[in-house]
Amino acid sequence: MIANYGYKDGSGEYYISIDTDKCISCEAGRACLTACPKGMFESMVDDYDDEVVCIKAEFRRNLAYDCAGCKPSTGRAALPCMTACTPAAIKHSW
Amino acid sequence: MSIETTNSSAGEVKPEFWRWQENCWADESKDWRSAKVITVGIDVGSVSSQCVIVADGELYAYNSMRTGNNSPDSAANAFKGVELKTGLTLDDVHMVVGTGYGRVNVPFSHKAITEIACHARGANYMGGNSVRTILDMGGQDCKAIHCDDKGKVTNFLMNDKCAAGTGRGMEVISDLMQIPIAEIGARSFDVEEEPDAVSSICVVFAKSEALGLLKAGWSKNKVVAAYCQAMAERVVSLLERIGVEEGFFITGGIAKNPGVVKRIEKILGIQAVSTKIDSQIAGALGAALFAQTLVQKQGPCKPVALAA
Ligand code: SF4
Ligand code: SF4
Repeated sequence: MIANYGYKDGSGEYYISIDTDKCISCEAGRACLTACPKGMFESMVDDYDDEVVCIKAEFRRNLAYDCAGCKPSTGRAALPCMTACTPAAIKHSW
Repeated sequence: MSIETTNSSAGEVKPEFWRWQENCWADESKDWRSAKVITVGIDVGSVSSQCVIVADGELYAYNSMRTGNNSPDSAANAFKGVELKTGLTLDDVHMVVGTGYGRVNVPFSHKAITEIACHARGANYMGGNSVRTILDMGGQDCKAIHCDDKGKVTNFLMNDKCAAGTGRGMEVISDLMQIPIAEIGARSFDVEEEPDAVSSICVVFAKSEALGLLKAGWSKNKVVAAYCQAMAERVVSLLERIGVEEGFFITGGIAKNPGVVKRIEKILGIQAVSTKIDSQIAGALGAALFAQTLVQKQGPCKPVALAA
């Protein structure tokens, strides 16, 4: 399942997508949980009883601000969450 | 149509144009007493609450009403409506599943399942197994969902950051224009020329923009047409993020508003799958169907008493 967390507002679209099928048998040891400096990812059991990860509810409406530290306007490096997730389950829309 | 009223503190009687019709229904051709498995789905939303009874995997009864002051009471009242209509009590029920934003506060439920999964399951029942894209226009959020032929979610996106493009936003416009909410759709087509969308559907800005348009000489019908168009454009932009596949189905209260639905269909160039079932019960129906599957897998649960 592709789970999209985030929102669209007057300034743009801010979504983090997680391909949760890749989380079920994560080959990266759930590295996203510790890689994100804000601790935005958490484990959960989804509605189909699969153990996956999601973005914590308190971050879903503020992604543009919460991810700003990893996304400077110039000299942007690879994002810690995407680098840690070797199965390439994580995508950012902005 | 009759308009409900409230009395303000000054004793002034105020019509409530936004109030939508509550609805309690049971299939008179069936008798729940002959069913082997009876399950209940309770959807406690921010604006409305529903209780659905499924008997042997088929929709048997439902109650759809406004959400009250708290989730436990709203859930109990939704159930009491069908209890009164059908004579069925919680002792006769094999499992209850709660969904919606208040799902963890349904005191007599055995399990909570998200509204995303429940809407997909409910839409699969209501629109058939060819449904692939679901747009749920709820009271205070919007969801775009893809599902497979069994109603299992494959992709979803939810916007709950603001009330724009939601049932609550439409209620505000209905009150502001003093047009009963059930008439908004038809009135929005009673215009000489289709206007452009209002520039903002943020509930706060739309209010002042709508008042400004009235002052500028627009008719009320033209203002609601512009608002319905804005709402349609807004939810379509949400849908476009995950893409729209054929087998398009709309759930939630706004699905009953042709002013928004027809405009969405026009922008997308596809027609939504129609249903005779009340679009507001999709989440609760999905919850009851999940409960039916769980009973088949793990057996019935002991009833949990309804709070007094
Ligand atoms: S590292 Fe990637 S695949 Fe593994 S749990 Fe996190 S998001 Fe899922
Ligand atoms: S960009 Fe940074 S803050 Fe945002 S989710 Fe990834 S690691 Fe966390």
